[in-house]
Amino acid sequence: MAKKLMKGCEAVAEAAIQAGCHFFFGYPITPQNDIPEYMAARLPKVGGCFLQAESEVAAINMVYGAAASGARVMTSSSSPGVSLKQEGMSYLAGAELPCVVVNMVRGGPGLGSIQPSQGDYFQATRGGGHGDYHPIVLAPSSVQEAVDMMQDAFDLADVYRTPVMILADGIIGQMMEPVEFHESTSKRELPKKDWAATGWSPASGRPRAVVNSLYIEVDELQEMNDRLQARYKIIRETEAKAETYNTDGAEIIVCAYGTVARICKSAIAICEKKGVKVGLVRPITVWPFPEKQLKEVMDQPSVKKAITVEISAGQMVEDVRLTVNGAKPVEFFGKPGSYTPTAEEIAEYIMKSREA
Amino acid sequence: MQTVFKKTPVLTDAILHYCPGCGHGIVHRLVAEVIEELGIQDRTVAYVPVGCAVFGYKYFNVDSVEAAHGRAPAAATGTKRTDPNRVVFTYQGDGDLASIGAAEIVHAAHRGEKITTIFINNAIYGMTGGQMAPTTLVGQKTTTSPYGRDENHCGKPIRIAEMLATIEGSAYIERVAVNTPANIVKAKKAIKNAFECQLAGKGFSLVEVLSNCPTNWGMSPVESMEWLEKNMIPYYPLGVKKDITKEV
Ligand SMILES: Cc1ncc(C[n+]2csc(CCOP(=O)(O)OP(=O)(O)O)c2C)c(N)n1
Ligand code: SF4
Ligand SMILES: [Mg+2]
Repeated sequence: MAKKLMKGCEAVAEAAIQAGCHFFFGYPITPQNDIPEYMAARLPKVGGCFLQAESEVAAINMVYGAAASGARVMTSSSSPGVSLKQEGMSYLAGAELPCVVVNMVRGGPGLGSIQPSQGDYFQATRGGGHGDYHPIVLAPSSVQEAVDMMQDAFDLADVYRTPVMILADGIIGQMMEPVEFHESTSKRELPKKDWAATGWSPASGRPRAVVNSLYIEVDELQEMNDRLQARYKIIRETEAKAETYNTDGAEIIVCAYGTVARICKSAIAICEKKGVKVGLVRPITVWPFPEKQLKEVMDQPSVKKAITVEISAGQMVEDVRLTVNGAKPVEFFGKPGSYTPTAEEIAEYIMKSREA
Repeated sequence: MQTVFKKTPVLTDAILHYCPGCGHGIVHRLVAEVIEELGIQDRTVAYVPVGCAVFGYKYFNVDSVEAAHGRAPAAATGTKRTDPNRVVFTYQGDGDLASIGAAEIVHAAHRGEKITTIFINNAIYGMTGGQMAPTTLVGQKTTTSPYGRDENHCGKPIRIAEMLATIEGSAYIERVAVNTPANIVKAKKAIKNAFECQLAGKGFSLVEVLSNCPTNWGMSPVESMEWLEKNMIPYYPLGVKKDITKEV
């Protein structure tokens, strides 16, 4: 298929539809309005349903209901709206329901800004709502990558019966890039949704469906949590993904995700010109965090330290530190709010840090 | 031998956990009987609330979903919109619907969502031990209005049926009570009308059921029914508040 110049939000929406998502519930918030707008125009044409909810709270609960009835369903929002979705995300996790939630992250806390940010990393990767759960969190660094991961986002949700989040800084949503849509086919064996509430009678040939996250007996709740944790263990062991770039024999490893990782590549080129070899580890899944991939790179004798670069006050850096576990120094460069560092600033920090 | 009463198969055989004399059990039966009579068990999905009816999924013998506190109308929307042929109802208490879930119910009505809501107004938060609800009567003592509800402090009780009847998307809204056999018969008819309204695709339907909470009202079941009659019905008048189902 020919490449098409598309805005990130629209490309993500189109990719979701091509992945078989015909139901979308959302609420307007910048910088992701192009997703609901695109869905509103397209879904009725493919026999699906777009509905503008009264709030993000309602939107995520509509997602909960659609997922409970077995539909492939998605919502999107940006930081303040995603905060409102956390109750629903916890219920989705507890009731073991698949769905995809897109967060085009903007500056915070509070109303913050509408510029890109990576300040929602903790909320996304730690669960965000109440209870012991994690959504799977995917972090695209280009519009093409966002498009390419949509099919698998829905498949992951179905296979593991869990919410999956696309965590993208607002740049990904607002930037136009050439994209190519490949035919979307599932690479996974998808389980039957025989647990879904679709209507039942004794003649239905399956047990009556009860979609629920209430387990009032201690051992029943334990059993549900054990089931979730067993799934999370498999996810950690098999689904963590990262891109490594220029890491062989590097002296310094930069760890960054999303758009920032691309800026880091330019910074790496600047350092290279000054004769310093810097490598990049770019988590593609931020939960599960690609520990193995990062550790392997960091274990090289040539590597002296890691520098994490984020548009935040330093969130992912905690996962980098947990992974490196004191073996080598881990530094942080970045700013909270919506301040996106330039390649020159990152290169300057790297060079200075080397002298220190 | 002649059978004079048979439990509807739309209720499971699970033993209800409700307190003796509680209206929840009566309303469960009415809803289940209506589903049986309309022959819609195999396409009905029940949404149960957070409140004393949280275990409704154990009792309604239909595919069931437990929703977060107050969110049942939004979640039910997800089930209805993904297949409009389904019959979807929510069963919600007054804390669930009139307080934390006020936005969700208003907008389900506003969209004319083709679902049916059974709204149990017992003027109190039953499950959490008898706190004040938006429907608690002025002067009524609860654990969080220990001196009686003071209207200057927290307003006067909200009349949900009348409020929702003002919304264009509402197609059928009625208030009933389950304090006497005669009222229970009327309640069942209202519930049936509400489901029929959904089946006809007319819009949003809701039946507000004045019910009791003998446990948290601190009364015997009989006293509670008398209290309901004397105090709740005058403030919450029974009857049809909106019905567009007969319009052509
Ligand atoms: C978000 C949230 N807030 C509070 C609660 C606690 N809670 C459980 S039931 C309930 C009130 C239920 O009262 P009502 O809806 O009137 O139902 P009833 O028990 O009277 O039938 C509350 C506040 C909760 N489960 N979730
Ligand atoms: S606490 Fe009240 S509402 Fe709840 S079951 Fe008991 S009597 Fe019924
Ligand atoms: Mg109540």
